[in-house]
Amino acid sequence: MAENLKCSICDQEATVHLTQIVNNKIHKVDLCETCAQKKGVTDPEGFSLADMMSKAPLSPVSGEAQLACPSCGHESGDFRRTGRLGCSACYEVFRTLVFPVLEDMHAGTAHQGKVPTVALSRQSSHMQLKQLMGSLARAVAEEAYEDAAKFRDQIKEIKELKEAGALEVSPK
Amino acid sequence: MIESLINDERAELTQAVKKAAPVVLSTRIRLARNLVGQPFPERADVLQRREVLTRCADQLGALPQMNKGSFFDIADLSVLEKQVLVERHLISRELCDGEAGTGVYINKGQTCSVMINEEDHLRIQFLKAGFNLKSVWKLIDTFDSELEKTIDVAFSEDFGYLTACPTNLGTGLRASVMMHLPGLVISGQMERVIRAVSQLGITVRGLFGEGSDASGHIFQISNQQTLGQSESEILESLANVLKTVIDHELNARFKYLEESRAKLLDQIGRAFGVLKNAHVIASDEALNLLSFIRLAVDFGMLPEANRADVDRLVIESQPGHVQYAAQEGIAPDARDIARADKLRKEFSNLPALDFDKLQDQE
Repeated sequence: MAENLKCSICDQEATVHLTQIVNNKIHKVDLCETCAQKKGVTDPEGFSLADMMSKAPLSPVSGEAQLACPSCGHESGDFRRTGRLGCSACYEVFRTLVFPVLEDMHAGTAHQGKVPTVALSRQSSHMQLKQLMGSLARAVAEEAYEDAAKFRDQIKEIKELKEAGALEVSPK
Repeated sequence: MIESLINDERAELTQAVKKAAPVVLSTRIRLARNLVGQPFPERADVLQRREVLTRCADQLGALPQMNKGSFFDIADLSVLEKQVLVERHLISRELCDGEAGTGVYINKGQTCSVMINEEDHLRIQFLKAGFNLKSVWKLIDTFDSELEKTIDVAFSEDFGYLTACPTNLGTGLRASVMMHLPGLVISGQMERVIRAVSQLGITVRGLFGEGSDASGHIFQISNQQTLGQSESEILESLANVLKTVIDHELNARFKYLEESRAKLLDQIGRAFGVLKNAHVIASDEALNLLSFIRLAVDFGMLPEANRADVDRLVIESQPGHVQYAAQEGIAPDARDIARADKLRKEFSNLPALDFDKLQDQE
């Protein structure tokens, strides 16, 4: 009897002691009866200690600010609890949290595969247009007509390229 | 709503006469994709989900690959219809349980289905009978590139395609091959195979039930990792593992044949007898017996032309399909009777087992 062991979730006396080997790494956890059941440890199918550990709510480190994604409101606590992100912008916001998870999970941490060149070039030309439109409006407001003419020509150029479909096929 | 799908005489999995192969039933690849500037489905509210659903359905419908395809809003489908689509691997269980604003687009021929607002905005899947990783990749890659022309996908240079769960990050690619492994199961080697391949980042799951004694001896083998390797590297390493599994399976079969010849012939013969004459049969039993009939085709005891019938019956013996065919809500007991009726009818059309063919193989 390992009477001195405490449940790693709630501090009750731990009666369930579990060891799993995943990807050559040993994961050990001690749990009380209630938490073991809650976490589905007793379910012999599909229970993964690694999953549970990566999703277990970590006690917030004092002084660590709760990060939140400005685009979707997802918080670092949400990521720790569910293991999921809220939107594509979350990957930048929670970069330091996501990165260590990836190291354990995948063959590498850098993308080596397909790149959506068409969508990316369209997105970047869209951004470029937006910026130029802003600059044009500002130039007009400031009566800097020479600059305005320059911006207008650039906008025209991008629009023509876009219509000709050139931007859709050219690599980024 | 799904009648035309069920009765389609050219559906890939149920009518693939020429392409099915020994050991490998089918090859599937799915890609996870998301839209820029929209919260992932779980984070999104109903309005945002509906907006994504409508936009994606419109764009998908415009693709040539979806010509004459069908779109279903999951909310419009009955529980039974959803179950039939799950049994055909056209949608996932998660999609069935999803909130409002989920849907699926399925092409004519049922080789392609795109789930909208499952875990990710888009889950694109292509499927073919037999062992076809390369050609399925070509199809899905073309489709994905086509879609990208009209949809702004979420992508970062470092992390690749951005997904709701980091487990799918990078390529967003999961390739699954459905394998029929009676030799490894009967010889008690399945446990060892599962452990060995999991060391290589490959997952094995029973198609019907978990563990190493899945009914029907059918297993789904797929890559687990999606980041840090290119699509072709992922597919190549999966293919290498699968080729080894196929070799082991064939060896196990011939060893079993050599050592327990009478027993094997008896099991195949009895399976045929029961399927041809039973009047009440549960789906587990049907699957296990059909496994021996598929083995009979592999050994040449039934014509190759009947392989597709066996693969079709594996799907049509599942609870949802039996119930759907009965056109009314029937109790499990009546379902077992309906299943037996169908199997008897189908088996009466099959030629007798040619046990001599097995002699020739020695």
